[in-house]
Amino acid sequence: MAPYPYAVAGVLFVAGLYGIVSSRNYIHMAVCLTVMQSSTYVTLICVGYLNNGQPPITQGAQPGKPLVDPVVQALTLTDVVVSVVVLALVLALALQAHRRTGSVDPDRLRGMRG
Amino acid sequence: MAADLVPLTVAAPLVAAALLAALAQFLPRWVPDLTAIVVAAGVTALGVLLTLASRAHPIVYWFGGWRPAGGTALGIDFVVEPLSASLVALTGLLTTTSLVFSWRYFEEVGHLYHALVLALLAGMAGFALSGDLFNIFVWFELMSVSAYALCGYQIHQSAVVQGAINFTVVNSTGAFTLLLGIVLVYGRTGALNLAEIGEALGSRPPDGLVTVAFTLITTGLLVKAGAVPFHFWLSDAYAVAPAPVGALFTGIMSDLAYHTFARVYWDGFSGALGSASAAVRDGLLALGVASAVIGAVMCLLQADLKRQLAFLTVSHGGVFLAGIALLTPRGLAGATLFVITDGLLKAALFLTFATVVRSLGSGDELALHGRGRTPREALPALIFLCCALGFAALPPFGTFLSAALIHDSPGPGWPFPVLAACLAVTSAAFLRAGARIFLGWGPRHDPLLTSAPGKPGEPGEPGDGEPDHGGGGAARGRTALLIPALALVAAAYATAFVPGVAAEFITASHSFEQPRQTAHQVLTGHLPPSPPSASYTPTPGAWTTAAAATAAALALAAVSLRTPGSRPGRLRRVLVPPAKALKSLHDGEVGDYTLWFTTGLLALGLAWTLTLR
Repeated sequence: MAPYPYAVAGVLFVAGLYGIVSSRNYIHMAVCLTVMQSSTYVTLICVGYLNNGQPPITQGAQPGKPLVDPVVQALTLTDVVVSVVVLALVLALALQAHRRTGSVDPDRLRGMRG
Repeated sequence: MAADLVPLTVAAPLVAAALLAALAQFLPRWVPDLTAIVVAAGVTALGVLLTLASRAHPIVYWFGGWRPAGGTALGIDFVVEPLSASLVALTGLLTTTSLVFSWRYFEEVGHLYHALVLALLAGMAGFALSGDLFNIFVWFELMSVSAYALCGYQIHQSAVVQGAINFTVVNSTGAFTLLLGIVLVYGRTGALNLAEIGEALGSRPPDGLVTVAFTLITTGLLVKAGAVPFHFWLSDAYAVAPAPVGALFTGIMSDLAYHTFARVYWDGFSGALGSASAAVRDGLLALGVASAVIGAVMCLLQADLKRQLAFLTVSHGGVFLAGIALLTPRGLAGATLFVITDGLLKAALFLTFATVVRSLGSGDELALHGRGRTPREALPALIFLCCALGFAALPPFGTFLSAALIHDSPGPGWPFPVLAACLAVTSAAFLRAGARIFLGWGPRHDPLLTSAPGKPGEPGEPGDGEPDHGGGGAARGRTALLIPALALVAAAYATAFVPGVAAEFITASHSFEQPRQTAHQVLTGHLPPSPPSASYTPTPGAWTTAAAATAAALALAAVSLRTPGSRPGRLRRVLVPPAKALKSLHDGEVGDYTLWFTTGLLALGLAWTLTLR
């Protein structure tokens, strides 16, 4: 297995993290969270991948060729479901922030500090 | 028999939550209230039952009957041992109390409230019991998502929106980190079951991948637990959660993440990291002591009661982490007992705040100066005093016994005096607040304290995150609201007098720290030998330290109540700049919090890369 997919996952993770650190917009921040979560999909899939493997469907599988790991694919699906819920929540909160302050800038929405 | 009941701890609240989400809008208000309370009380009873039933050896439950074959786990299991089960019982008890409280507290509550609280309960129970690493992540997310929604329940206030967004973004970042760590472990071992991971990693010294995976998993769980430097979201979120929800967050949710971390370490990684256990211990002790110190200092610098309690949660979480970090049965037993006794007190205090805020019109100790000086406020004042003294490990009650266990654990001696000092400081913050509110002592202004912006509210206005309620109803049903809090305080104080409780916890911790036996039981069904029975009485050193902590708390509260004019000017000048600098870090900016998260992750990773071998 080539290291490239892991590099892609690393880049996605760091890019998402950088986006959140520097974000001035809650919608942008929600997208950055999704980018960051994409790195977990890539890692999951490439951990279970086999060179010259075939899809994990036993019916009609070619004999002699290994199946890729079906567990990580199930995990990825679970992960996608989780990400949808979190994304929906952040967007709903961003919508509320816009209703309160007319803006989605974190600076306009201030609770107590210090 | 007890084994068949294990899945009910999560199934009952989940099924009830689904039914209530679908049906609650068509039912009169008392039906969801009563259903939720009955289910939560049922989980409490199950937790107690499982704690007692698992004393001889852990109970392993395989969902759907998918038992392991040839040492390979095919299904997902719950491993019930006394420590996890007692935390499930605590979760159930706090949820029951919180639901009883919210019955009277919310005049109107949306139809999803009960469903969300039950989903949170199921998430916490599953998180505490699951023996499968990916399943732990799923429960983590279920618990977190319900918590985000509950935290932002009074969504029409802008501080609430900010707190909930900070909570969601930082915790999700932590969750992805946790998941990445889990995936790397799976890539190495091909296993998700903790027992199997422990067997597969074996006792070979850790290589780079294991170190990275362990760092990622640790960081993910510590974000949820709110350890320094991952704690910044916690004060924003807990300070805006409605009181019954906040009581659950501060009482148990944060600390559960520490407990799960202890399980993941012992069951999964203790073999591989065994040769480097001193490095693990030092890294965790450093984080624990830093959390305890920074949380305590920030707690003392707040005027807002809910923020004080949020920082107290950070500080006492640090004590818990330090107890776990000692990697000894006594340390773990003390830490777990501390979570239970301290969690009861924290939840009681959070509920009491809500009644104080409602009847006196503010949650800010400076704004409330002397307002509680009426006989009507005697009961909240009493709860304040009991909780504050409990935080300082007042001998010989529940928190003292837990702190004494940590004190008497073998291991490095330097952390305990620091932790005891932190307990004293957090206690002093509440003694000071109580004296100011209920006795009218001390000045009305203190530039050192962070106060809510704007003018103090009039009686009857809701605080941040609290629901509106009809004017004039302030006094109605107050005693009924305070009874749950009083019951929790009584339970916390009485824990120390349950015969043999400390010895039982030491015995349970001893088996907890024998992961190969547990793994053998999980994977082959072979029952481990009964653990040796332990006995424990606090040493004189523990008595002295705890008594000193209580005395120090009283003294510090008295010092911090003196009027600014009479305090030596030089001391003030020395204190103000560092206090301001520390406070300026807690700036409510989620971007900055994420930067701290990244720094903490890299620092921990670097430290363990250099030392774990």
